[in-house]
Amino acid sequence: MIKGNFIDNLPKIYGIYTGGFIAFIIIMAIGEQMGMSAKAIGIAFVGFTIFIYALIGWLSRTAQASNYYVAGRSVPTVFNGMATAADWMSGASFVAMAGGIYFKGYGYMALLVGWTGGYVLVATLLAPYLRKFGCYTVPDFVGTRYGGNTARLMAVIVLTVASFTYVTAQINATGTIASVALDIPFQYAVYVGLVSILLCSMLGGMRGVTWTQVAQYIVLIIAYLLPVFWISNNIGAGFFPHFMLADEVARIGELEQQFGFVKNSAEDLKLVPKGLAGITKAHSEVNATPWAFISLALAMMMGTASLPHVMMRFFTTPSVKAARKSVGWSVFFIFLLYSSAPMLATLSKLALIDPSLPTGIIGKSIAEVQAIDWYQNWNQANLMFVSDFNGNGTVELNEFFMAGKAVVLATPEVAGLPYVISGLVAAGGMAAAMSTADGLILAIANAISHDVYYKMIDPKAETAKRLLVARVLLVIIGFAGATIAAMEIQGILGSVIWAFDFAMSGLFWPLVLGVWWKRANKEGAIAGMVLGLVSGFAYLIWVRSGGSGFLGITQLTFGIFGSTVSLVAMVVVSLMTSEPSSATQKMVDDARVPAGQQVISQR
Amino acid sequence: MHIFYTFILSQNGYGFASYNLKREVYMAKNAQHWEKTKGLLIITLVLWAIFSMGIFLFGAEMNTVTGPFGYPLTYWFTCQGSLGFFVILIFWFAGRQEKIDEEFGFSEKGDN
Repeated sequence: MIKGNFIDNLPKIYGIYTGGFIAFIIIMAIGEQMGMSAKAIGIAFVGFTIFIYALIGWLSRTAQASNYYVAGRSVPTVFNGMATAADWMSGASFVAMAGGIYFKGYGYMALLVGWTGGYVLVATLLAPYLRKFGCYTVPDFVGTRYGGNTARLMAVIVLTVASFTYVTAQINATGTIASVALDIPFQYAVYVGLVSILLCSMLGGMRGVTWTQVAQYIVLIIAYLLPVFWISNNIGAGFFPHFMLADEVARIGELEQQFGFVKNSAEDLKLVPKGLAGITKAHSEVNATPWAFISLALAMMMGTASLPHVMMRFFTTPSVKAARKSVGWSVFFIFLLYSSAPMLATLSKLALIDPSLPTGIIGKSIAEVQAIDWYQNWNQANLMFVSDFNGNGTVELNEFFMAGKAVVLATPEVAGLPYVISGLVAAGGMAAAMSTADGLILAIANAISHDVYYKMIDPKAETAKRLLVARVLLVIIGFAGATIAAMEIQGILGSVIWAFDFAMSGLFWPLVLGVWWKRANKEGAIAGMVLGLVSGFAYLIWVRSGGSGFLGITQLTFGIFGSTVSLVAMVVVSLMTSEPSSATQKMVDDARVPAGQQVISQR
Repeated sequence: MHIFYTFILSQNGYGFASYNLKREVYMAKNAQHWEKTKGLLIITLVLWAIFSMGIFLFGAEMNTVTGPFGYPLTYWFTCQGSLGFFVILIFWFAGRQEKIDEEFGFSEKGDN
């Protein structure tokens, strides 16, 4: 299948694939009607999709370095956009985003703005120039532009710190979903997730990851949009939710006024299972200060432009021009999901709190709610909880608690959709977490195999040996990530946001100034990376251990501090030391012109 | 053939001057191209800053206004407006940058 004019046949191949997946959903729906158990449907969805990804991974196997590292630089813009969107949208975006919006409202929306706006920086400041450079990895750019192994190694370290923080969260998410869908303990499910991830990437490297990510995007977007539209129609909110939920948003506001946000006592809250939250913030009101919103958005935007697993996706396009356009397609495909998350949050909240809807539980008697089937299911899974704190016998707004991920996972069932949708959602969440984990593990393994092993330790290594090292590293890093994920240190979202802050602290300015400021030199870049990462890290530890912080910079935005230190250090040290060589300056000139040969010639 | 002639020309003293001239023209062209590229960058980043940060300075005030499809305006921007604007902005930027590259003959051939 993946031979000859595979690239020309892409629309057809993925068209057939999409049709096949929809047919599979319909078969499952029929199976459900005929009495197939919920457990069997869950296993079928997750098992079938993982099998398809593994098949694509196997078909994409390669023995060529350029295929392994940059998918042969032949990925068309639209498909690279889909792959980037899957690479980008993690288990957190898929499972936790709607929940974040549901519970935190406006303050959380800064993430949506940040995680899309960052691509403007990617498109204008970096992607086309790094593509012209012709590097295989992000540290490859740093190492070539600034020269010397120290700069290259520092870039590898920043990359590893940021990506590793991120990847544990993704493996954790695959484990959570696999454990629910396959009904096995989390400790084992994590390794099931890991093996699935490695199946996509080990044989084909970037090529395998690219074509599985496209397939995963198709699964995850169907799995996200179908329930949103269906629920919206089911509760009579509107045929096209994105344009039609204004009344529902207003209605939630009214209900919030009517119920009021009653504060629970600390003692009452002790009864609530860990990880569940109540509705304490207004749905559509501005509940954060401008700086809290803007600083979080800015940190996420600069972080986006510094995360190597995203940047390396734009190394796979056929040209510089294609790299730019492909960024546009990426945000378009991300937009499809992100713009739906607030709609899902709105529908989910209204369905549960509006007493005039049959699904509404506020105002019902405790006994009645506790007798509902879906309540019992999700309560057992520790994702939902009601308790009669004030002893009046009915459920009040402040007596209802839910886990963030339940918004995506439980709403279909609450709104009365068939179980087949829940199976689909599990497959979508798995696709989202797997695709991101693949990109991240590959980014780390490639940086170590290409930049540390090949460029620094053994520059004469044969291609076969290089690729062997790359694959061994992939497995080692995967297992390390899974082992840490199994320990469950941070919640899914916390560690994702940290990854952005680490990346921007160490890499944002060395990358941007590498293109836009010819005077930037090796010493400056090293100082920028070291001091940026160290100061960002120090700030995080300080705030985590009870420090007050300053300028409203929190543990979620510590990258603003880190990157500022990085910028100052880089400019000052660059100016204090000598100008880069004329060969380096010529390299920058060449990178700024789209036409002509790549700056680095790879073998 | 063309390269061959250039080589012949540069064998006499006459050709050397023409090489230098060419290099200067080339450098000037590069510099102009970069000036225009920087201009486009600044415009794009100003628009980016307005829709990702600027408008949220007035989040509370803006939210009292009814926006598209009847949503509160700030809420709409965070759900759809800003996000959609970034998509359009990037495609617009890519188109403009291509025009600049073509103007200076720096665009790549053969692919899209």
